[in-house]
Amino acid sequence: MSSQLLTYIFVSLSFVLYIGIAIWSRANSTNEFYVAGKGVNPLANGMATAADWMSAASFISMAGLISFLGKDGAVYLMGWTGGYVLLALLLAPYLRKFGQYTVPDFIGTRYYSKTARLVAVLCLIFISFTYVAGQMRGVGIVFSRFLEVEINIGVIIGMIVVFFYAVLGGMKGITYTQVAQYCVMIFAYLVPAIFISILITGNPIPQLGFGDTLLNSSTYLLEKLDQLSVDLGFNAYTKNTKSNIDIFCITAALMFGTAGLPHVIVRFFTVPKVSDARKSAGYALVFIALLYTTAPAVAAFSRVNFIESIQEKSYVDSPNWFKNWENIGLIAWQDKNKDGLINYSAGKPFDGSRPIFSGGVGSQGEREIKNTPISDNSNEVYIDRDIMVLANPEIAKLPAWVMALVAAGGLAAALSTAAGLLLVISSSISHDLLKKTFMPKINERQELFYARCSAAVAILIAGLFGIYPPAFVAQVVAFAFGLAASTIFPALLLGIFSKRLNKEGAIAGMMAGLIFTAGYIIYFKFLFSDLDSSLNWLWGISPEGVGFLGMIINFVVAILVSSFSTKPPIEVGQMVDKIRLP
Amino acid sequence: MSPQDYWKANLKLLSILLFIWFVISFGFGILLSDFLDQFSLGGFKLGFWFAQQGSIYGFVILIFVYVFAMHRLEKKIQNKKEEK
Repeated sequence: MSSQLLTYIFVSLSFVLYIGIAIWSRANSTNEFYVAGKGVNPLANGMATAADWMSAASFISMAGLISFLGKDGAVYLMGWTGGYVLLALLLAPYLRKFGQYTVPDFIGTRYYSKTARLVAVLCLIFISFTYVAGQMRGVGIVFSRFLEVEINIGVIIGMIVVFFYAVLGGMKGITYTQVAQYCVMIFAYLVPAIFISILITGNPIPQLGFGDTLLNSSTYLLEKLDQLSVDLGFNAYTKNTKSNIDIFCITAALMFGTAGLPHVIVRFFTVPKVSDARKSAGYALVFIALLYTTAPAVAAFSRVNFIESIQEKSYVDSPNWFKNWENIGLIAWQDKNKDGLINYSAGKPFDGSRPIFSGGVGSQGEREIKNTPISDNSNEVYIDRDIMVLANPEIAKLPAWVMALVAAGGLAAALSTAAGLLLVISSSISHDLLKKTFMPKINERQELFYARCSAAVAILIAGLFGIYPPAFVAQVVAFAFGLAASTIFPALLLGIFSKRLNKEGAIAGMMAGLIFTAGYIIYFKFLFSDLDSSLNWLWGISPEGVGFLGMIINFVVAILVSSFSTKPPIEVGQMVDKIRLP
Repeated sequence: MSPQDYWKANLKLLSILLFIWFVISFGFGILLSDFLDQFSLGGFKLGFWFAQQGSIYGFVILIFVYVFAMHRLEKKIQNKKEEK
């Protein structure tokens, strides 16, 4: 059977499963739509949280990124897992005890202010849409490479599937589909990783194989990788390239940002008891760690495989995957020294950030590119880092069904995260903006109707992002985490652990964090992107890590302003006392 | 156990666990990572292992320690309520 047919079968089967679950778990009340009736088993919620959390970026892009970053890749590994400790210890149980539906709900009630609620809604919508755009691009990549349909049609199919279970099922539908999606995703990630680990080191556990010796040799894999990297002019794989302060700040911004992401927090509103919220965060991290500890192993294996299978091979005899990915423009080769061999090394192969194909064919049969070659290095290969995980099974020559599985897994990762995000967007519109602010008179049925409408509109907008991807998607990821860390996280933490913090303090803090972080990122990423280098950064902190500074500014401003203004009302103190108890 | 004692015990537990959280990630994985790289764990340099593997295992353990410790604390405060 051809690999494309297999992929069609795997992907269709998984979609039928998701839609079936959606029909089985329809939501009939706002309580079910927003928080799945608060009846989700903590283990199931842990799985759903893991699927919600692990996006197209985690599944498709992360191992590829690490594979090119080496040790610096740890910022993502630690940053995107360490936040769960903060969630379990500092936020989830208390917010579950508070017992409302959304994150702005807590901020609005704790700081007795519609303004605070609106600031939170704005941050939430911005963060969530930023994130959705990335998921839709992931859906597009998988469809165009594996099913050879137009990216647009792929995005539309994805929209229809998400529409089904998010609009019909709300949080209840999403939760149970996410459980299924987690299973598909983790199976699809582990199977090729185990295969490749056995092929390279003989050890079936990738987490251990990664530190093991190569098959039939006494050299350690990582030693070999350091050697290969240095030979090609890169830094040693197990050494940092970024400065310690930058690594520190990026990791911190990602951790605190994770703990402040609304679509993650809201998952802990769905369990029956406060203690379940803690347990559920633990289970979620176990399920996440399964993928996150495998990813660096995949990164190292694929780096070795990638280098060994193309370096100094003639283009004519280069492996199929090289030409397949070249066909969709994510790999390009320019024979700078005219020897017909693929020479891969450190440095940019040619001008511009991506290849511009002329439509013609070069002397070896490669797709001709119009970019001017850069002559101070010998690198001839352009490769988009996003393809490493998807191309990995092909590079390692695994059977066709493994590739089909990976395609289904990538879609599961993208769709599960998109659905979770769309849900928090729709509930913050129908619940926080309409019910609690502008249309307090609507009854529950009307609210549910508006919730469904806003979910539908959000899906349409997300789809448009997928079809016309904004060029700035990569830059704005820093935004999402930076804003979550510098606005939502401090407001939640202080709301629980300080009774003195008042409305003025919280709003001033959120605004200060927002303006500082957004200003810094816009300055370096949009206005003066040619200045974006460590020489010009404040204390050597990159825009990716600046959310950590923004968070500290938020804390300082919030506490100072509070101490100079009136105490919050007594009811607020009583509410805080109540949420602190189990 | 009174609500105040419960909250104090909780805060103490939080500070200990968050201190460990900081040490295994920001400490061993970043600030002390280069120093730890002189030791090795199988084929891993120790600092590299903490940065890409060990810290994550540590996070999982920390959450479950907190779950069990809080379970015991909650029992204490609930027993007290029943005595009344």
